[in-house]
Order: sequence, then C-alpha cells, then structure tokens
Amino acid sequence: MTQYFELACPSRPENVGLCRVTVATFAANLGFTLPEIEEIKVAVSEAVSNVVVHAYPGAEGLIGLRCEESADGLVISVHDKGVGIEDVAKARQASFSTDPERMGLGFVFMESFSDEFRVESQPGKGTRIEMRKRREAPAEGA
Amino acid sequence: MLEGAGKPVQIAIRRQGPTATVRLSGEFDLKAAPQVREQLDGLIDGGAQRIVIDLRQVRFLDSSGLGVLLGRYRRLSERGGSIYLLTAAEGSVRTVLEMSGVRQVMPLLASESEVPRT
Ligand SMILES: Nc1ncnc2c1ncn2[C@@H]1O[C@H](COP(=O)(O)OP(=O)(O)OP(=O)(O)O)[C@@H](O)[C@H]1O
Ligand SMILES: [Mg+2]
Repeated sequence: MTQYFELACPSRPENVGLCRVTVATFAANLGFTLPEIEEIKVAVSEAVSNVVVHAYPGAEGLIGLRCEESADGLVISVHDKGVGIEDVAKARQASFSTDPERMGLGFVFMESFSDEFRVESQPGKGTRIEMRKRREAPAEGA
Repeated sequence: MLEGAGKPVQIAIRRQGPTATVRLSGEFDLKAAPQVREQLDGLIDGGAQRIVIDLRQVRFLDSSGLGVLLGRYRRLSERGGSIYLLTAAEGSVRTVLEMSGVRQVMPLLASESEVPRT
C-alpha cells in the first residue's frame, strides 16, 4: 500500500495552519528538502484558505484534504462541497478575485509551487484542486 | 519544522512621531490577517504617515497576509503616507513578496537603517 493520509475538518481559519503543517510533516517524511517543503506549505495554505474564504459564503463546511505518496513525490488534493467556481480559467488568472480586499494570487502560487496543477469545479457542487510535487533527485552517492 | 505550527502572529508596535514600526513574528496567514489588519488600520487612523513593517521574524506568509499589506498601502497612500517592508534576503517569505509584485509600491529593505529619512 502506498503511504497516504486523509483529513476532514470544518472551514475555519485556524485549520489552514493545521492542514499546512500536516502536509509539511508528511512531505518531510517522504524526504522532500526544506525549500520544497516551504513551497508545499504555501500551495496548501492557498488551497485551504480558498475553501475557508470562498467555498461557503457566510457558513462553515467541509475542508477535505488528501495526501498520497507517488513514484516521484507527492499528490495533494483539497476539496470542498461549496459554491464552486463559474469560470475556472478566469479564476486562475493572476489578479482575478471576486473579493476586492484580495490580490487574486492564490491560484498563481498553487501553480508556481507545484509541478502539476489541476482545478475541477462545478457550480453548486464544489471544488477540487490537485497538486503534484516531485522530489528533487537525491544527490549522487547520497 | 513543527515549531511555529499555527503559532499565533505576534505584533510589537513602536511609534516615533509620524513613523510607526510594526514588528511581526510567527505566521502571517488567514488566521492572523484580521488581527494585523486591525493594528495597522489603528495606526493609519491615528495619523501615522510612515509605517515600517518588519517581517524578518515572520516564518510564513501567503496571499492572505499579502492582501492585508497591500490593502493598508492603499489606505495610507491615499493620505500621502508610505509603507516600507523589512525582509530577509532569502527564504519563502521573500519569494512570496517578490512574486506578488508588492515591491513596486512598498520597498523591500534589509534593515531599518535603509528606510529613507524625511
Ligand atoms: N474553493 C473555492 N470555492 C469557490 N470559489 C473559489 C474557490 N477557490 C477559488 N475560488 C474563486 O477563485 C477566485 C481566485 O482565487 P485565488 O485564490 O487565485 O484569489 P483570491 O482567493 O480571490 O485572492 P488571494 O488568494 O490572493 O487572497 C476567488 O476570488 C474565488 O472567486
Ligand atoms: Mg485565494
């Protein structure tokens, strides 16, 4: 069996740190380097913050997190059962935000800090993002 | 690495005339955002003209923290004031700041001695 974990928690701001640190610990156990772990933390924080901020306007709902070891690294998925995204391509553009107080950088960071990045969303049903991160090849003779 | 896990942000403020220095430490994320926003808005409403935000002890920064910084810049610049950010030369906080483009409006400085005198 491949190594994995799943976590479910309510969409509260304090759970962003919980998810971030849990994934970081998992990545460290898989041998990711510190700089890679720093990037993973930002990507996870963005995905989970989006669930807290956008998925359930004026309410609380589920944050679903799953992390799985892959042949060359790690697959992280974050899902919610919230309002979904009407136009994913538009939402992924830098500086696009439906909230005037925000910068619209979350998706940009998720994409920059992962090797593969996918967003699936259905209005009224929810959103699922998947990020793959490859481990730096271990140094020769290490 | 577990150190700082959900570590609440800490805010230390020093005021000298129109200049305020705000030292943040811990993790500046969605959880910390309202607290930092409130403190910075208090300084702006209290007439601070220059705010130096020391991020050198911040261990984590993401778009929620960046949004607070940029929002305060907008408020203060409307009143003719400015914000300077102190940050380490490398690390993820620096990377995130660079990628966000906020340095176009808020200079990234290495120490207080680099803040221009008025
Ligand atoms: N899980 C989600 N559920 C519903 N809408 C979402 C979700 N994630 C993102 N969105 C939508 O996509 C937009 C872009 O997201 P992105 O994270 O890039 O920017 P942001 O969250 O608005 O700002 P920032 O991340 O800089 O704080 C959001 O404004 C929101 O409308
Ligand atoms: Mg976001």
